[in-house]
Formats: sequence, C-alpha cells, structure tokens
Amino acid sequence: MNLLEINNVVKQYSGQLALNDVSLIVPRGSVYGLLGPNGAGKTTLIRIINCITAPDSGEILLNGKKLTPADVRNIGYLPEERGLYKKMKVGEQAMYLARLKGMTKHDATKALKYWFEKFEIQDWWNKKVEELSKGMAQKVQFITTILHNPDLLIFDEPFSGFDPVNADILKKEILALRDKGATIIFSTHNMESVEELCENISLVNKARIVLQGKVADIRASQSTRSLVIRSSTPFTPYNCNIISQTDKNGMFETTLVKGSNLSNNELLAELMKQTDIVSFEELLPTMNDIFIRTVTTQPPKGGV
Amino acid sequence: MSKIGIIISREYTTRVMKKSFLLLTFLTPLLFVAMIMIPLWLSNIHDDTLKNIIVIDKTGLYHDALKSNDTYTFVFSDKPLDNFRKKEKTGNELTAVLYITADLSTKPNAVSLYSEKQVNVELKSYISGLLGDFVQKQKLAGYNIPNLKEVVEKSKTNVDISTIKWNADGQEKEGSAELALIIGMISAFLIYIFIMSYGSQVMSGVLQEKTSRIVEVIISSVKPFELMMGKIIGIALVGLTQFFMWIALTLIITAGLSVFMGGGIDTEAIQSAQQINMPGMQSGMSQSDTQSMITEIYKSLNGFDFFKTLVLFIIYFLGGYLLYASLFAAIGSAVDNETDTQQFSMPLTIPILFAIYAAIYSAQNPDGPLAFWCSLIPFTSPIVMMVRLPFDVPAWQIVLSIVILVLSFIGTTWIAGKIYRTGILMYGKKVSWKELWRWVRYK
Repeated sequence: MNLLEINNVVKQYSGQLALNDVSLIVPRGSVYGLLGPNGAGKTTLIRIINCITAPDSGEILLNGKKLTPADVRNIGYLPEERGLYKKMKVGEQAMYLARLKGMTKHDATKALKYWFEKFEIQDWWNKKVEELSKGMAQKVQFITTILHNPDLLIFDEPFSGFDPVNADILKKEILALRDKGATIIFSTHNMESVEELCENISLVNKARIVLQGKVADIRASQSTRSLVIRSSTPFTPYNCNIISQTDKNGMFETTLVKGSNLSNNELLAELMKQTDIVSFEELLPTMNDIFIRTVTTQPPKGGV
Repeated sequence: MSKIGIIISREYTTRVMKKSFLLLTFLTPLLFVAMIMIPLWLSNIHDDTLKNIIVIDKTGLYHDALKSNDTYTFVFSDKPLDNFRKKEKTGNELTAVLYITADLSTKPNAVSLYSEKQVNVELKSYISGLLGDFVQKQKLAGYNIPNLKEVVEKSKTNVDISTIKWNADGQEKEGSAELALIIGMISAFLIYIFIMSYGSQVMSGVLQEKTSRIVEVIISSVKPFELMMGKIIGIALVGLTQFFMWIALTLIITAGLSVFMGGGIDTEAIQSAQQINMPGMQSGMSQSDTQSMITEIYKSLNGFDFFKTLVLFIIYFLGGYLLYASLFAAIGSAVDNETDTQQFSMPLTIPILFAIYAAIYSAQNPDGPLAFWCSLIPFTSPIVMMVRLPFDVPAWQIVLSIVILVLSFIGTTWIAGKIYRTGILMYGKKVSWKELWRWVRYK
C-alpha cells in the first residue's frame, strides 16, 4: 500500500516552471529520498504536499484519497530553513507548535516530556531559545516535528548543523520512527546518508524528475561493470578489459571492466580455474557519482 | 481552541507580559493624573492653614469691608503697629498686619501690609479686591444717584458664552465647545498613536517571523491567512487592553487620591477656586483661571455623551487599526529586512499623518468640506471623525463612514492576505510595487 502518490503535478511561478509533470510514489513505512540540486523544485514539491501552495494541475493522493488541508495534521514537516521565536522559552514554544498541530494540552505535555527525557534536554524547558546553540535548537525543532506522531514525516536537510554524534542519534531516531510505521520523505544533499537510509529516491533537476527508483536498482543500473579482484596469482580472463593489475606484497589486485553479456558468476567460474580468489567486489557507483553525473549531463530543459 | 485562537493567545500573552508594555500601561495614567492633580493639589495646600491678619484701622471705616473667610481671618486691633513688630504672642500665629492710616477714597495708597515673610500675591490681591470693592461702593453711594449701584452692577458684564446644543427633538443640551474639542482631539490622537504603534508592531512581528524562518514551520500547521489574522487580532486586543487599563487606572488613581486627600479633591478645590474668584478680582490670577476652567469642565461633563463617544471610539479604533494593520502586515511579509520596510510603509504613514492635520483643521470647522470628506474616506475617517463627533455629526454620516470603513478593511485584509501568502515564503527577492500587484492577482 502506498502512503503518498503524486501524479503529474505541474506548478508555475510567474511564468517560470517550478515543477514539470512530476509523479512519484512513496510506499508506506519506507524512507524516501528526494534529491536534487538547489532550486530544482524540491521545496516547491514539499510545500505542495503540505498544502502551503496548490499545484496548477495534477493530483496528490494520501492513503489513496485526495489530499485535503485537513490531512496536513498527519504530516510532520521540518523545513530546511527553520527558526524559532528567539524570545520565547523552549517549553512554551514547543507547546505552542504542538497545539497548532492540533494536539491537546494534555497530550502535548505528555509527549514533550517523553521526548525531552529521551534526548536528555529537560533542563532546557525554561531556557529562552536565544540561549541555545544552533544544534540545540535543531533538536528542539526535530521534536516539535515528530511530536504529534504523524503518518508522514518530511525532513528537509535534517542533519545540517549537527555534529556527527548528534547526527547519528538523529539517524537512529528516524529509522526507529520508520520501524514504528511512519513514512519518511527525506530531502538532502548528503548522499552518504541517502545510501544509508533511503530505499527509494527521486532525483529532481530543473523542475523534472530525471531519475527514480530503488537505491539498489539505480546503483546497479548505473554500473560501469567495473570490478576489483584480488587473487594470489595474475590472470587473464576471457572477454574482459583489464584496466590495471598490480602486485601488492604478493597479492595481485586487478581492476577490470567486464565484457557485455558476462555475468559475475560466469566470470567467477572462469577465474576459479585460473587462480585463488581472495576478494571479488563490484565497483558500484556511489549516489554521489550518480547525482553529479545525472545533473551535469542532463540536456537543457525543453518547453512546457 | 481553534488554531487562530491559539495564535491570538500567543500574540496577546507574549506582548502583554513584556516589561515595556507593563511600564507604559501603568506609568501613563500616573503621568496623566499627575498632570491634572498636581496643580489642583498645589492650590489646595494654601487652604490647609488658617491665616490671621491683624488689622489696625485708624479710620474705623473698613470694619465691614474685611470679612473673614476659610483662608483668612481678620482680627481688629487698636494697639500701635510697633507692638506687633516685637512679636507679641496673640495665641494664633500671625501672618500679616494690615495698617490703614487714612480714608482710602481720597488717599488710595494709605494702606500697608506688614509681614515677617514675603506676603503672597494671593493675599495681597484678595485684600485689595475687598477694599477696592468697598471703596467703589462708597464712592458710588456718594454720587447720590438712585440705583446707581445697580446700574453699574449691570454695566459690568462678564461675558461667558455657554454653548447649548439642540438635539433632534429640539431639546436643549448644555455643552462646552472647549471640552468637546479637548475630548475629540484626545481621542483622535489616541487612535493615531494606536494605529501607528500597533500597526508597526504588526509589521515588525511579521517581518521577525519571516526573517527568523519560524514561519516555515508554522505555515505547515496553519493557513497563512490564519497566521496573519491571529497576529492582527492579538495585537488589537493588546491595544484595547492598554486603552481600558488606562481608563480604569486613571479612574482608580483619581478616586484613590481624592480619598487620600480627604473630602474629594474635585469639590473642595473647585470651591476654593470659586471663593478666591468671588470678590471680583481680575488681577492676573492665572492659577484660578485654570481652576475655573477645570470647574467648567466638571460642569459640562454632564452634558457629554460618554457612552456614545466610547463606543464610537472603539469602532473607529478597531476599523482604522484593521485597515492599516493588514497593510502593515502585507509590507512586513513582502520585504526581507527592517530597512526595506521604510520605503514601503511611507504610503501608509503619509495618510495617517495627513489625517491628524485634517483633524486639527476639522476641529476649527467641523462641518466644512474637508471635515466632511475626510471623515468618510476610510484612511482618514477614524481620526477625523473622532474630532467631529462631539459637534453632533448627523447620524447618516457616522453610519456611512463606518460602513465605508468596514468594507475597506475587508478589502485591504483580502489584498493583504494575498500579498502575505506569497511574500512570507519569498526570500532574497527585492520586491517592487508591480511585483506586489502581481501577487495580489495570483489565484
């Protein structure tokens, strides 16, 4: 069952196309990566999902039903550009934001207490926001986003401003939320975290989706058919193009590009006859490589 | 509680709890009361001690002229003047010695006032008033013309124009033009100050939410229009709170002071003011002039419809505030920083300033064309109409002006909502008027 379906959404701002026929499907209980360079249209898409702006055409289905502004209370949104009232106390502010999400005072107090204890920040409750560091404020904001247990969470660059330790805590929390049944849309430029967290991605560039699918499939499909093989003796496989072969303290490391129609198993079967294999690794392109390659080689945008 | 209610309560409580708000709310009435009370109180101080004046009258003519009152007691004595020079104890403390040596009708300078301290102007003019009146009467009697006293009394005219208004039924209503003007001007200025200060609070509040980016978070929970209206209404309530606090505190402080000073300051002070004026002294008594003005005000307060003025004040305050505040909110949402607000708020501050000038001229001619049109045009009507109001504006004009004002603020709120919705999430773009107009026309 898909939680969110976006079908053929088009959005135009004063003659400029922000989203051009964008469609994507977010399966329930998954982490979905929304990638793309700055100004590609990600934020516009997220705003449309949050009913902040309406699309010019196209439809958005949440749980198979047309999205209405009332559904927004089931969405938690952590925007990339975020702030808090500087003069307000942390607790009051978190309470205010929770109540705007439709929580009762009682529920909000209980949930806030749980999360403040979990993040060990109870003593921040009566501090003013201006006394917090950027990372501390981000933590408070993360809590206010997930507080009302929304079905759908949208995080725009959630790790910016966090040190590696806190970023790791956050990652674990995001995965824990997913395991509890939440669906997460995750927009970032940090490709490592995409590989770590996301099952599916859409890469948006110049208002269009240029790449979409499961992370594993995308990486496999973008394969350059390169392999690194370590063996006790050198070898010369059939139908392969050897890039380099070096002797490293008695261990031979070979980088090669497979010939077409040659599967990994066929290659292995052949190599086993020639030498002892120590390791065999396919060089899959990183999401970073794929991102850069896709974005830089995309042809200029056509008309509407 | 609805979301807009939550927003209103946040806007309201954070502002009302601010130190600056509390300070302004509690200090202003104190200042206001002090401005009225200190002159009254100072004049009251004189009355507290009874002053004895020894009169040595060698002519024996003026026993009837010098009558004691609450402040001064005249004690007649036959002892020579030198006795008093050596501080003879007379039981009561002695203030001054009045020494009359000859008939004042022939020798008007045959009177002296001796004292150890500087004789105050009030006592001097009081005695000279008494003696002057007495001598004048004597002289008039000396002409032997029948009824001359009455003729002169009649010829002495104290021109005091009382203004009497006819209401719709032809009934008479006493009122004071000065008082009407004062109340009209005060309420016009109050509305001006409220619109300016609370309007710019709305603007800076919106701008703050935009620059701190909190709006990005909030806007995913509430509609932009709700956020804008929540802020506008919350701040309006702050304004009303301040207004009512001022009224209540002024009344409480006045009442408290009256009790504290014993016997009610207003009646006593006015009585003494009237007493001092009684002997018919025209000699430069600016203090009693202001006191008689206050008396006048107290008298004419009865002829003034406070309830109607208060209700219309609130209507015009809210109408004018909503009209301008929504536009201020739109500006706050459209710009990126404080300096840019000036360029865009100019077209808003100019009509408000113009309204104040129009109000001042309208006070002089409350039924003139300037007053008429400016009390209908919604951008000036809240201020100008307050000045015209005490001069009994026809009901249809008030109704028409309110209807126009209400329709206008609905219109400006609608336009502002459109600009706000787009502007609040637009960063790093220098907006122009043309751009703003385009935002208004977005679907």
